Amino acid sequence: MGLTQISAGYVPLLDSAVLLATEEFGFAESEGLHLNLVRETSWANIRDRVAIGHLDVAHMLGPMPLSANLGLTPLDAAVIAPMALGLGGAAITMSNAVWAQMAEAGAPEDGAPGPAGQALRKVVVDRTRAGEPRLRLAVVHPESAHNYTLRYWLAASGIDPDHDVDIVIVPPPLQADALAAKRTDGFCVGEPFGSVAVARGVGRIVTTKGQIWQMSPDKVLGTRLQWAERFPEQLAALLRAATRAARWCEDPANHAALAAMLAREDRLNIDADLLLRALTGRLQFEPGVEKSMPDFFVPYSRAANFPWVSHALWFYSQMVRWGQVAHTPENAKKAAMSYRPDLYRAALSGMGMPVPGASSKIEGALTEPTEVGAIGGRLMLGPDGFFDGSDFDPDQLDAYIAAQAQR
Amino acid sequence: MAESLSILVIDDNAIRASIIEAGLREAGHASVRVITDIEDVARRIGEIAPDVVIIDLENPNRDVLEHFFALSRTIKRPIAMFVDKSDPAEIEAAVDAGVSAYVVDGLRKDRIKSILDMAIVRFRAFSRLQGELDAARSELQGRKVIDKAKGILMTSRGLSEDAAYTLLRTTAMNQNRKIVEIAQAVVTAAELLGP
Repeated sequence: MGLTQISAGYVPLLDSAVLLATEEFGFAESEGLHLNLVRETSWANIRDRVAIGHLDVAHMLGPMPLSANLGLTPLDAAVIAPMALGLGGAAITMSNAVWAQMAEAGAPEDGAPGPAGQALRKVVVDRTRAGEPRLRLAVVHPESAHNYTLRYWLAASGIDPDHDVDIVIVPPPLQADALAAKRTDGFCVGEPFGSVAVARGVGRIVTTKGQIWQMSPDKVLGTRLQWAERFPEQLAALLRAATRAARWCEDPANHAALAAMLAREDRLNIDADLLLRALTGRLQFEPGVEKSMPDFFVPYSRAANFPWVSHALWFYSQMVRWGQVAHTPENAKKAAMSYRPDLYRAALSGMGMPVPGASSKIEGALTEPTEVGAIGGRLMLGPDGFFDGSDFDPDQLDAYIAAQAQR
Repeated sequence: MAESLSILVIDDNAIRASIIEAGLREAGHASVRVITDIEDVARRIGEIAPDVVIIDLENPNRDVLEHFFALSRTIKRPIAMFVDKSDPAEIEAAVDAGVSAYVVDGLRKDRIKSILDMAIVRFRAFSRLQGELDAARSELQGRKVIDKAKGILMTSRGLSEDAAYTLLRTTAMNQNRKIVEIAQAVVTAAELLGP
């Protein structure tokens, strides 16, 4: 019997693992699907090829569906995220020179974002006083979890991301090169590229996205709304297959096989040992010093595949904060509709895998892992707080946006 | 004649870039710049002040370039992506051909369309050329493998060259495979079993 063909784009990053494993380890086939995996060189390509229908689904930056629906993209195609591809997974890396200055200013070894941010602030102030050029910090795309997390951390540490530093765009695989060539002073990017810079001896991880915002969203599975509506059964089958793949990816017994697949030349083309650092939660902030961070990248548990509307709305609040979109009730609604927990819940029903009953949560309400009631079983959520102790209540969006304008 | 447009071609494939550049000049566009290095773009985009930018889709720096364009909005006229949102067929043709174009907002559509059409045609021609080159290379490679397999069969089975080739061909037909695949199998087997 023939398999239903679905074309699926990805950018070679660790968190493409769930989508790649869905095809490579037989999860798609067991749902009657075959994914034609297409490696892309830029997020712009992913965006354009999804919009015109070359790709049915894709590994996408979490804010990308919002960008499409809010008119920030060239083509007017409605895009939705019916599933998330994991939590955490990114780190902030600085050049050895900046790290040395930060360490002198009291930055902690363990990456605690509060004191690390204060140390960076001192470095920035000293540079300004000495008349040195502003630090150049790179992210992969203006509308990315990495840009928003970096800016959130800077702003909460008293550094104005628009005036005290320069934030530039560099493609993930070129980040370590740019740092080595002193074209940038640091970057916030998904793994394995922080670990690549550390292994090459050109940078030091100073904090992680998951320390700035615990269990924070990053990439999603995105698709055109039109495709989702036209092929609801294919989409549901894909969500089931990808969720089983995500569970498989998280199991330590499978990490070696997963890393070997991802390391292949036609996939990420990166040394498996470097991929294993983030997969197993044994990071090296500097060469040879292993740090245990079991929740660094969470592909499945803690409802990691559930596309929380509160995640979409937090991204939206940051788009407003940094002047990418104007805050209006219509825009907020478009942002909220970009994530589709209803489709995910419907697809997973009856599989014996627990799915949250709510579509939104207060980000920051849980300070430790907490068991909650869910459809199809019980579920562990959180901790999901921000490092500065503030929380995000999606029902108080207007107040949150007004307050962050004051900060 | 209308005022001349400033066109910037960004392509790290120098041959393809020159094909595009030649096409633009033939069409009467005098102000065409080609840049292959991303750092040059950052430095010079303000000075060049392009009305139209043409980039190959596989350029890993597309996200970087779009960010430059977005930033240049504050100092110059805005650059909108693609030619015409209302013409999805044109956009699809461009993406199919592997080219993307960015234009200054407010430029007349008919002036841009001819430029993009030309770029699409030339990108297609280039990839056809490259396809033919790849095919020729792999055919040459295939012929070498078949010659080697024939040699092995002639030595080990004492066959004439014609008989060796016939054996390869009939085996391929019986197994519903290509001759070059059978030849490769013979060569591999000989390497494994050979002295």
